[in-house]
Amino acid sequence: MPAKGARVEMIEAPPEEPRELKAQDAVHVELVSRTFRTKRGPIQALAGMSLRAAAHEVVVVVGPSGCGKTTLLELICGLQRPDSGTVRAAPAALMPQRDLLLPWLSAIDNAGLALRARGASREDARRAAGPWLERFGLERFERTRPAELSGGMRQRVSFLRTLLAGKPVLALDEPFASLDAITRQDMQGWLAHVLVAEPRTVILVTHDVEEAVVLGDRVIIMSPRPGRTVSEIDVTLPRGARRRTDPAVVELRERALAALGVQP
Amino acid sequence: MRRLGQALPAIVLLAALIGIWELYVDLHDPTFSLVLPAPHQVAKSLYTDRGLLWSNFLVTAKEVLLGILVATIAGFLLSVAIHFSATLRRAVYPLLVASQAVPVVILAPILVLWLGFGLLPKLVVIALVSFFSIVVTTTAGLAAVDPDLLKLMRTFDASRLRTFWHVELPAALPGVFTGAKIAAAVSVIGAVFAEWNGSNSGLGYVILQSLPQLLAARGVAAVVILSLFAIALFSLLTLAERLALPWAYRAREEHPW
Repeated sequence: MPAKGARVEMIEAPPEEPRELKAQDAVHVELVSRTFRTKRGPIQALAGMSLRAAAHEVVVVVGPSGCGKTTLLELICGLQRPDSGTVRAAPAALMPQRDLLLPWLSAIDNAGLALRARGASREDARRAAGPWLERFGLERFERTRPAELSGGMRQRVSFLRTLLAGKPVLALDEPFASLDAITRQDMQGWLAHVLVAEPRTVILVTHDVEEAVVLGDRVIIMSPRPGRTVSEIDVTLPRGARRRTDPAVVELRERALAALGVQP
Repeated sequence: MRRLGQALPAIVLLAALIGIWELYVDLHDPTFSLVLPAPHQVAKSLYTDRGLLWSNFLVTAKEVLLGILVATIAGFLLSVAIHFSATLRRAVYPLLVASQAVPVVILAPILVLWLGFGLLPKLVVIALVSFFSIVVTTTAGLAAVDPDLLKLMRTFDASRLRTFWHVELPAALPGVFTGAKIAAAVSVIGAVFAEWNGSNSGLGYVILQSLPQLLAARGVAAVVILSLFAIALFSLLTLAERLALPWAYRAREEHPW
């Protein structure tokens, strides 16, 4: 039994998870609390937060701003340790809230950054990233620097960079929050399709309820800070085929809003 | 044409200042020009003394270029060391600031006694005055990397060294150029002070010799050349930065001043 609060890397998983892992949880967060000491006194980000994600499950965490969502992702990625509770997760790669692409690298080199970080040569990283850029509709922008890419393209490159890290778990921190409404809807549809074709265990945090219902297999509603789970909604609709206007989607959205305490 | 239009205010101001200067000297009696030479006398000296000024300019230019090079390499290496070790930063930074308060005028003759009459004491003086700006801007560049980017690299299992190589180093390069551009101006002053002690060539030496010989115009001519040299050096570094780091230049655009 590992020490309390220790992060245990369960598996050195290849990018494609073996199917037999399905029964097992890829991410297991139980009764986790985390408090930050600041100059203005302690701030408790999480208080007894729990969450599970099975392999290849897309779990979307929704909560008001500042409810500890980013802290939750950093715990899952092993960037922080909980004060109490357990976090067990297969290796996870982060997609930060802002795209944080490196301005001096072209799209293809940004996409391959995770490979370079592990010591791959530039040529090998490009060979690995090239076909993906094509799949993501970015083949004409391989050599373009981020400053000349649109917001949606930048998010796609950023997502690809995280995907190419080859970790079984993807931790996506409000990936589309910075986009305009139209691009955001496009990108949500795009991500849903990518995840159907390339299944990964995904923990996605957002404050957009509609995004949660469109993308998630399961939606976890968090309380305001200090964050904990207040409600869980199973979305049984097939991913990639959900429309915002479907009565079932609308109904789920209303349920999620109600759980967040938003008056209709 | 547009560039000329942008430079017009500076040209008009310079012409006006030179005009006022010329008038001011001309309104005094002729001996006054031994104290303050008129612009036309300076221009004349630039022409008649061109051989002397050119050969001495080459000496100073070599000192300045080598000095900036030494300062950039040393400053960059120290910045990297400081970046990796907080202890080293706390140890070195106060000394670094203190070193800038030591008057070069006093240091230069001591260095001549210590290191001789050759190029070396000049390089040390120039590097010493240029070094500081490069360390400060490079260190700031290294430290300014977004902490979220460093977290991202950690989830990618990047080692400390690879994170430095792929993320922090490129991010700091604009800082190196900024430091070198600041150094371009002060290094010229450093060169003059260095040449005032134990040298027999260079524009600083020309200035030092001209004044007691009542050749003030020649002294001012040397100063004019030094100023033009500093401008040229600054512009050259701006151009080099633009070519080497186009991604950093994009954000600022147009005005290098």
